Amino acid sequence: MFDDFFIRALIAGIGIAIVTGPLGCLVIWRRLSYFGDTLSHSALLGVTLAYAFSINISLSVFIISGIVALTLLSLQKRTKLAGDSLLGLLAHSTLAIGLVLIGFLSSIRFDLMGLLFGDILAVTIEDIFIIWFGGLIILGILYYIWKSIFAATVNYDLAAAEGMKPDVSNFIFTLLLVGVIAISLKMIGALLITGLLLIPAATARSLSNNPFQMVILSILIGIVSVMIGLFSSLEFNTASGPSIIVAGLVLFILSLIPFKRSSALQR
Amino acid sequence: MEQKKLLVKLENAGVHRSSKWLVRGISFEINQGQIVTLIGPNGSGKTTTAKMILKILNTDEGLVTGNAKKMAYVPQKISIDWTMPLRVIDFMKLTSNLNNHQINESLTMTGVDKLLYNQINSLSGGEFQRVLIARAIAKKPDLLVLDEPVQGVDFKGEIALYNLIKEISVSLKCGILLISHDMHFVMSTTNHVICLNGHICCSGTPSSVVKNPEYIKLFGEHNSETLSYYQHNHDHSHNNDGSVAS
Repeated sequence: MFDDFFIRALIAGIGIAIVTGPLGCLVIWRRLSYFGDTLSHSALLGVTLAYAFSINISLSVFIISGIVALTLLSLQKRTKLAGDSLLGLLAHSTLAIGLVLIGFLSSIRFDLMGLLFGDILAVTIEDIFIIWFGGLIILGILYYIWKSIFAATVNYDLAAAEGMKPDVSNFIFTLLLVGVIAISLKMIGALLITGLLLIPAATARSLSNNPFQMVILSILIGIVSVMIGLFSSLEFNTASGPSIIVAGLVLFILSLIPFKRSSALQR
Repeated sequence: MEQKKLLVKLENAGVHRSSKWLVRGISFEINQGQIVTLIGPNGSGKTTTAKMILKILNTDEGLVTGNAKKMAYVPQKISIDWTMPLRVIDFMKLTSNLNNHQINESLTMTGVDKLLYNQINSLSGGEFQRVLIARAIAKKPDLLVLDEPVQGVDFKGEIALYNLIKEISVSLKCGILLISHDMHFVMSTTNHVICLNGHICCSGTPSSVVKNPEYIKLFGEHNSETLSYYQHNHDHSHNNDGSVAS
């Protein structure tokens, strides 16, 4: 019924949505959307280096974004700049370095649009393996540290006082965020990954009244967004990454209309 | 009196931030079943001292040691982001796996058992404070740190909660560190008062502290007299309505 490439895209996309669901909730709760943007922009540099040294894209992105994340965490303690200024500084400078390097690597053909916005229809079996295997590892670690990371998200002092080791779980969470960007970059693109993290979770927020529900709903909404996005991409011949995000946005808008009253009550 | 277990001991402890000492030279200990109170003006380092004990802040000088295994904390300021859907029941389970019976029991003790499924963000200040206290005692800690625990609670509730705190120290056999401005409670109930102002100004039993010149300098002559008046020999306790309990 469908072509192989489409089935592969669907399997990969659903795998990504399952991982971005819970991580997206944490990104929203901890107000880290700009942090996610910075990491994904720096991922472009990782991709460039992957081409330059012919290593695996996910691995290279994980290393580069990981370095950026750790740089950011250590700079935050040392400079007098506000967090958002630091994020902007690192996001744009790593993006710029990536683009400059692409210029130097003129011998290699780049699909720049694909890097920035994703190329979900060029997913290989190997990509599916990386997404599902990497995704399971990320989810497994997240499950293991959930209590600690959740307590630290609600209140750092409470978590620290009551033995939840918030610094350790914050650090691991940052690496998991880098991990999800690394496995989904090729499909969704450097500029749109944060969208897939945020939009399903934001939609789930107005529909849920407890944290567990919000996580489950954001996974389901993410899966639905991927499916609608991919089908419409096939139907209308549009770019797949942006189609998924637009589908997510439509779901978000729909979630606001009939449930507006109940979400107001919850506050 | 039997020998009580030492829960936490501070030896000459201090915290240094942005080129000044927030507190310095703090030495005291908290034993099982003891209520130790920190008093002092704003910015005198009460919360900082509590955070040293809870290991939220590392000491830059001195030592914090102890045998307290399970600590529970009622922070002075806490705000829950409305981006998170969080019910009272979820909040109760934040740092420990409590069953519904334990949750209900402690919420009933602080008088907010009906709010179990309410969103945390919909609670009033006083209700939230009661939930915070319930969450801390539900853990059955061996050291309980309460930083102005009854702020925003109505007058009647305040007395009930202070009585509850007193009961908990007996029933759970835990040590309690209390930061409070309620001199009446401090003077009538606590075993040991520490008067802070960046360092320990004076400390001892409530009756000895109010006579200390350092204390009088910090809180004024008038306050000292008022408080001395309070510590008439309390050989009885009061019910919530003020009548003498048998």
